[in-house]
Amino acid sequence: MAKKASSSSPRKAEPPPAGADAKPFVWRRKDLLGLDELSAEEIVHILDTAESFKEVSTRSIKKVPALRGKVVALMFFEDSTRTRMSFELAASRLSADTILFTAKGSSVAKGETTLDTVRNIEAMGVDIFVVRHGQSGSPHMLARQVRASIVNAGDGQHEHPTQALLDIFTIRQKLSRVAGLKVAIVGDIAHSRVARSNILGLRKLGAEVVVVGPPTLVPSAITAMGCSVSHSLDDVLAEVDVVNMLRIQFERFSSSLFPSVREYHNLYGLTAARLARAKKDLLVMHPGPINRGVELTSEVADGPNSCILQQVTNGLAVRMAVLYLVSQGSE
Amino acid sequence: MNDLLIQNGRVIDPANGRDEVADVAIARGKIARVGKGGGAAKETIDARGRIVCPGLIDLHVHCREPGHEEEETIASAAAAAVAGGFTTIVAMPNTHPPIDDETAVQYVLQRAARANLARVLPAGCITKAREGKELAEMGLMTEAGAVAFTDDGDGVASTSVMQRALQYTKMLGVCLMQHCQDGDLMTGVMNSGAVAVRLGLGGIAGSGEQIMLRRDLELVERTGARYHVMHVSTAGSVELIRQAKSAGLPVTAEAAPHHLLLTDAACMGYDPNYKMNPPLRTAADVEALRRGVADGTIDCLATDHAPHSKEEKELEFGLAPFGILSLECAPGLYAKALIETGACDWPRLIAAMSTNPARALRGADTTLGTLAVGAEADVTILDPSAGWTVRVDRFVSRSRNCPYDGWKLPARAVATIVGGAIKYRL
Repeated sequence: MAKKASSSSPRKAEPPPAGADAKPFVWRRKDLLGLDELSAEEIVHILDTAESFKEVSTRSIKKVPALRGKVVALMFFEDSTRTRMSFELAASRLSADTILFTAKGSSVAKGETTLDTVRNIEAMGVDIFVVRHGQSGSPHMLARQVRASIVNAGDGQHEHPTQALLDIFTIRQKLSRVAGLKVAIVGDIAHSRVARSNILGLRKLGAEVVVVGPPTLVPSAITAMGCSVSHSLDDVLAEVDVVNMLRIQFERFSSSLFPSVREYHNLYGLTAARLARAKKDLLVMHPGPINRGVELTSEVADGPNSCILQQVTNGLAVRMAVLYLVSQGSE
Repeated sequence: MNDLLIQNGRVIDPANGRDEVADVAIARGKIARVGKGGGAAKETIDARGRIVCPGLIDLHVHCREPGHEEEETIASAAAAAVAGGFTTIVAMPNTHPPIDDETAVQYVLQRAARANLARVLPAGCITKAREGKELAEMGLMTEAGAVAFTDDGDGVASTSVMQRALQYTKMLGVCLMQHCQDGDLMTGVMNSGAVAVRLGLGGIAGSGEQIMLRRDLELVERTGARYHVMHVSTAGSVELIRQAKSAGLPVTAEAAPHHLLLTDAACMGYDPNYKMNPPLRTAADVEALRRGVADGTIDCLATDHAPHSKEEKELEFGLAPFGILSLECAPGLYAKALIETGACDWPRLIAAMSTNPARALRGADTTLGTLAVGAEADVTILDPSAGWTVRVDRFVSRSRNCPYDGWKLPARAVATIVGGAIKYRL
């Protein structure tokens, strides 16, 4: 299943970046495992490609033939609704055939390993695997062992690259830049793959990142990823341009990491009163699904600063771009 | 007439303060003479340029039998041992079923006798079924031949059980070996810190090791029992052991090759061959461990050879079991970590690989781990400048979970003699 060499971008040729010896950028990766291994240039290229795909969704016939004849397998070893539907719709808008695997009632329930499951499905002739898995590093292990492309749709507590890409895409769209912005990521940083991918991507594009939460949810070593740490939302709220409110994942906690939801909301919940003390055009984001009244109040979630639904819309374009690009990858 | 004469090697026998070019003569399975000109012999080995030392002793080997013979057997572990220069290994009791009664101890000894390679000395469990609740029959196991007791894989969590265990091992005169890890803090799969955070993997903090060690040292002081710290992995533990020794407590300690050579940065690619318990720590911990061996705080080296099947180690990092192979290349790994770096010299290294482990098991006046005349003729011949490359596919171990494949190592065993019989020759 060797990949063809890179073909032309769906977008009109862009002017080369400033600099006398700038070479035209060529996407080479067959996998998207995380933002950790991507350069700033590669991240921008994905965002730019997504811009051109965004327009497809506004047509009356919302389909392009970019992946016609290709098979995209959606491997959801862990539950997901919006990421799965977003990838499924993205693949179908690119005219790919999709097959869906979910762990419930499958061979995994019968004891098959991740690798065996994926190898068996690969044998049916799959070009791209979109993998959501509860174990950190699962897509990396697969990428070493299978020839098809691997797109990480969230691995354990490690990375969720397409979520961060759509978050950054939305920031760029709403605030027209990323570099120089200050972004707060609030909540359960320790267990959040969304936080890790966002920190990595935002730092690479020149934004400043502060992570906010109680010490039981914010590992001090996170600063090695280039962000700062605060335990007070009130301290940082006034000075940030973007606030990304992470979902409290009640289903993941085996033991109590904070005293109560009530107290959490009191300390870290985004309320109208808190919003009043922030910058007027503060961008409020949430990767969903929201626990209304916990991470943010309904008033804030549905208010003018919120871009939560635009994030979802943009997710489609970003995932179309990622599927398209990895299908062109030759590495 | 001697049965075997090892000629012209650099004979290093730390127990007798010997480091000189000499001959070692062996007769009727015992050391007959050490010195210049050993007399006539039925067989001679030219050991010019080689180190001749008391047989190496590994206090910490997982033989997996009974229960997981597809990963290792007592026979395959004993074969791997002699290939690595070890004449004696201590078999860990966390098998399936565990070695927690005299019948199980006898089984290990029978399988070892049948293999007839390295000496395999059984360690028994401290508690029944390794559950940490009731003491296992340590007295009967000692009579059957158990040389040490440990619940390795887990520390003994209950303080009262641990205190009673030390009272018992003191009475029996045997060594208690503890895997220091607070079970309540054992929630991760690798060292906690920046790498674990970046990889999104749960961390195991060094404090979890040190908390149990601190408690145990209090109990050792109270009971006066001999106490051995297994696979020390943190700078903090090295310092606690240093203080305990200077306070005169009967404490011994071991370090494993991987903790002397690798850091948690090795986990970056999610390769489960770098997943072990205790986990790989930081460069500062590696440095502290090397210094600990150099100054004698860490008096023993032990591999924690832990075989696992290919299918288990092909799982995701978080799901794969803990463990790493190193028995067959251990002297080379130790030399790389300690001789090449200038941390210590060969006599110190030989003491940590042989004399001191023997004393940790048997006390100071044992002849095990020495070349004393009349001692069992367990002798290892090492090539200190072998410059060889590890090829995991050539291991005699049944498993392959070893990240050292392709590593160039400075030293290796070239002959292993157990009770006067050559059990391995390169």
